[in-house]
Amino acid sequence: MMRKSQALEANALDPMTTHPVMIRKIIWENDDTFTLTLDMSGFAGGFRFLPGQFNMVYVYGVGEAAVSISSDPARPGTLDHTIHRVGLVTTSLAQKKRGDMIGIRGPFGSSWSIDVARGKDICIASGGIGLAPLRPVIYSLLKKREDFGRIIVLYGGRSPLDLLYRVELEKWASDANVEVLVTVDRGDSSWKGHIGVVTSLFQYIKLDARETVAYVCGPEIMMKYTIDELDRRGVPQSQTYLSMERNMKCAVGFCGHCQFGPTFICKEGPVYPLPRVRHLLDRKEL
Amino acid sequence: MEKEDLSEIMRQHPFLAGLSFEHMQTLIGCATNVRFADNATIIQEGQIANKFYLIRSGRIALQMDVPGKESLRIQTVGPGEILGWSWLISPYRWHFSAIAVLDTRAIALDGECLRNKCEKECSFGYEMLRRLSQVMERRLEATRLQLIDLYDLTTSGAKR
Ligand SMILES: Cc1cc2nc3c(=O)[nH]c(=O)nc-3n(C[C@H](O)[C@H](O)[C@H](O)COP(=O)(O)OP(=O)(O)OC[C@H]3O[C@@H](n4cnc5c(N)ncnc54)[C@H](O)[C@@H]3O)c2cc1C
Ligand code: FES
Repeated sequence: MMRKSQALEANALDPMTTHPVMIRKIIWENDDTFTLTLDMSGFAGGFRFLPGQFNMVYVYGVGEAAVSISSDPARPGTLDHTIHRVGLVTTSLAQKKRGDMIGIRGPFGSSWSIDVARGKDICIASGGIGLAPLRPVIYSLLKKREDFGRIIVLYGGRSPLDLLYRVELEKWASDANVEVLVTVDRGDSSWKGHIGVVTSLFQYIKLDARETVAYVCGPEIMMKYTIDELDRRGVPQSQTYLSMERNMKCAVGFCGHCQFGPTFICKEGPVYPLPRVRHLLDRKEL
Repeated sequence: MEKEDLSEIMRQHPFLAGLSFEHMQTLIGCATNVRFADNATIIQEGQIANKFYLIRSGRIALQMDVPGKESLRIQTVGPGEILGWSWLISPYRWHFSAIAVLDTRAIALDGECLRNKCEKECSFGYEMLRRLSQVMERRLEATRLQLIDLYDLTTSGAKR
């Protein structure tokens, strides 16, 4: 995994300085989730980041929130953040319009290890907004499609309307030789896809477990059961990676807000190899 | 379809993996090959449950009929899975409806025929129950996960 300092150095940015950027486009993915495309042309050579990293997104006069980067690392001229409105900052972001300015600092955190997956099959399992931090890794894998074996994307959401990036999911399946399986908890008569929790999709894909690298992202409860399922199918824990979330303040390892057991997520995470955090996942409050 | 063909198809179905030759013969006596077009109603909630399906291809949605509202689809089953166990449990009525959401091929097993054979031949009955209870256990677990609401963002760590 590349450490955050490497990506920061690539942009030559001070991690504590917030940079003003303009909102170029806003796409509403569903009632509560939207994607902001930010204009990064003010950064010399664009804004470099690694798949899995996040920024602290600042609404002037309101506050900051950690948000994963959901765009293609190979297109550093713009940056996407897919945001679910839950509280103060995200609700303020939801009220922004094209042309408005917001602040960002970053990129922070560890990234999905793509090199370890070379020559192997890849199983990407995500739930809800968890597909957002995984989208950059999918873009990166597709750039070098022939370097990898099967690419399987399992994605679960509450209902068809809650699903993110539906057009892209279909495109990956039809154009890029990606096995995309999507499921929802509840559907209506117009939904022809799977219905059931995301773990139920594993029965439809035959994994060559020892040759599979898994990337998992979603709410913690979803990751816990997905990891159990990967375990049951024999995917080695050392080949499983997941992305953790905790409230962030400084994002540089000073304040301790993001502590997760013995680690600070902003420093060592958010992406961890499973053996590093497995024992922490079953604890009730951490 | 010839009995031999049916037997070959059934042998390949995961639900019947490793079933003995004798038990397979017992089962074949109750089996027919069926096909449902997209949107076909396979099971109607409340009606007598007299079939059990081994799904070969396609997809079937299980649906609860909610009075005054659009029916709610709560689960789909697909290739390698089974549909329906109410044929085994009194009062032998379906508790849900099932609609094909894609063109679907399946082996249909006659519930009454199966019940009779289960009663007459204990080892066959036990084998069916053993396999069905494994499926039931997995479905129960999946239902529990659905109840937990795996995608509830308040269970993500960021709120902590
Ligand atoms: C590394 C990392 C990456 C992240 N990536 C993303 C991302 O790509 N997109 C995104 O939308 N969010 C992401 N988050 C989560 C986001 O940082 C939090 O949701 C943040 O708290 C939102 O700030 P806020 O001011 O809007 O809400 P707050 O004011 O912090 O919270 C207000 C209320 O909402 C509740 N709340 C907070 N967070 C959540 C939540 N996630 N779900 C439900 N309720 C919540 C709180 O308990 C509180 O009651 C990420 C977090 C981390 C640590
Ligand atoms: S957010 Fe301050 S230590 Fe991680």
